[in-house]
Amino acid sequence: MKHSFLDRYREGTSLVHRLDPRLKLLGTLAFILVVTNIPARGWPAFLLMAGLALLLVRLAEVPLLEALKRSSIALPFAGVVAVSIPFTRAGEALWQARLGSWTLSVTDAGLALFLSVMVKAWLAVLVSGLLVATTPFPKLLKALRALHVPAALVSTISFMYRYLFVLVDEAMCIQTAREARSVGPGRTVWWRARVLGGMIGSLFIRSYERSERIYAAMLSRGFAGEIRSLDQMSWQKRDWLAGLGWAVLMAAAFVLGRLIAGGL
Amino acid sequence: MEMAVRVESLRFAYPDGRVALDGIRFAIAPGEKVAVVGPNGAGKSTLFLHLNGVLHGEHTGRIWIAGMELTDKTLRQVRARVGLVFQDPDDQLFSPTVFEDVAFGPLHMGLPEEEVRRRVTQALAAVGMLGFEDKMPHHLSLGERKRIAIATVLAMEPDILLLDEPSAGLDPRARRNLIQLLQRLPQTMLVASHDMRLVWELCPRTLILDAGRLVADGPTAVLLQDEALMEAHGLEVPMLAPAPRPEAPIPHTISAVWK
Repeated sequence: MKHSFLDRYREGTSLVHRLDPRLKLLGTLAFILVVTNIPARGWPAFLLMAGLALLLVRLAEVPLLEALKRSSIALPFAGVVAVSIPFTRAGEALWQARLGSWTLSVTDAGLALFLSVMVKAWLAVLVSGLLVATTPFPKLLKALRALHVPAALVSTISFMYRYLFVLVDEAMCIQTAREARSVGPGRTVWWRARVLGGMIGSLFIRSYERSERIYAAMLSRGFAGEIRSLDQMSWQKRDWLAGLGWAVLMAAAFVLGRLIAGGL
Repeated sequence: MEMAVRVESLRFAYPDGRVALDGIRFAIAPGEKVAVVGPNGAGKSTLFLHLNGVLHGEHTGRIWIAGMELTDKTLRQVRARVGLVFQDPDDQLFSPTVFEDVAFGPLHMGLPEEEVRRRVTQALAAVGMLGFEDKMPHHLSLGERKRIAIATVLAMEPDILLLDEPSAGLDPRARRNLIQLLQRLPQTMLVASHDMRLVWELCPRTLILDAGRLVADGPTAVLLQDEALMEAHGLEVPMLAPAPRPEAPIPHTISAVWK
């Protein structure tokens, strides 16, 4: 049971926790869509979006530091993808380096684009993290289903979520068993790789056998190819209000971004 | 009287040719609690998978559940009447929440929502786990998960329960609670187990399987004390004698060794 790192949900009774999961899912998607569509120099629009995201963090009663820490994991990934942007955009050179016959230059337009990509990535992960922190995973799955995501896909995610924990426990058991027999200095890298390969193989076989037992358990409880479940969600007045408010804000941020782009 | 379970010359071989069940024949009356014991690989789990039709169509011989013969047509009815509880609750609890897992059987029987909710509440109450509806299985202890696994089957209101190693891995308290729970349940029961004390306390009748054959069928009190029979089939007579009195000297304590 050392897999608390997989569970990002924080117990709470804040307004954000109580909103309908479908609204939160749609709201998050809308936020990501809008923020990724703000042009590179639309800083006021970015500021508005960041302000909204931080306001949500506050409303959800999630500690700010924790939210920032968790959302920062996206930056290295975005950084790797975006690292070439400052060098490849046409614009006024801010910094230059000569490498033989090559000239490497950082342009102002390139740098602005790079920064905006990083901000977009960070904000998108921040609100997604907030969604997961304020919505129990089973409810998210129900929201996906209610929004007509194909049942097979939702079931797959559901099984993945359920058995990830079991799998982590099994992997830890195998690892402990290996450590218990690894005395003295380790041998060559080649040898270690072979041990690791064996561990992965045995984990795969265990999972495969488990899947057969799970399928037998499903059959014996009447499963015939289609997963059924009860819809337990109810759309309340506060969901309407929050939904409308959010829609207006998202539209405003979108228009603001466009206006700035047009004005430049 | 209609037998709850009747099996006639049931024979089954795995695709690799290994014979798992070799001419099994027995009958169980409604309400009986019967143990199925035998060494690993004797065919206990394979037998259970046949009794509710999960393994179906590859065997020879016939199976009747409450007088209804198990065929392709009756497969789903039989599964609704025979509840199979797997050894590892992680195999049985595959939904993200306890509620959804217990509701799975009733929902797939096509029951209306109100009835599903009533059955979930009733099943959870029967195993003493009311209030756990929204919990996720990975947040529960093994004993709790075993109880929920039994509830997932009880919610289908089966006549017959098949339990595969119900006490495996439980600590003494959880095991004691489980035995009491099983004693209270009115269903006809077949219990596969290596836990001879559980067999002794729960099941008046025992079937001994070895290498796919039914080698003994009789009162638990007789079979479990027949040392020759038990040892011939890789089993042991349970320790049922009263514990030694504390004032009697115990020769192998450390102090005895040092004298």
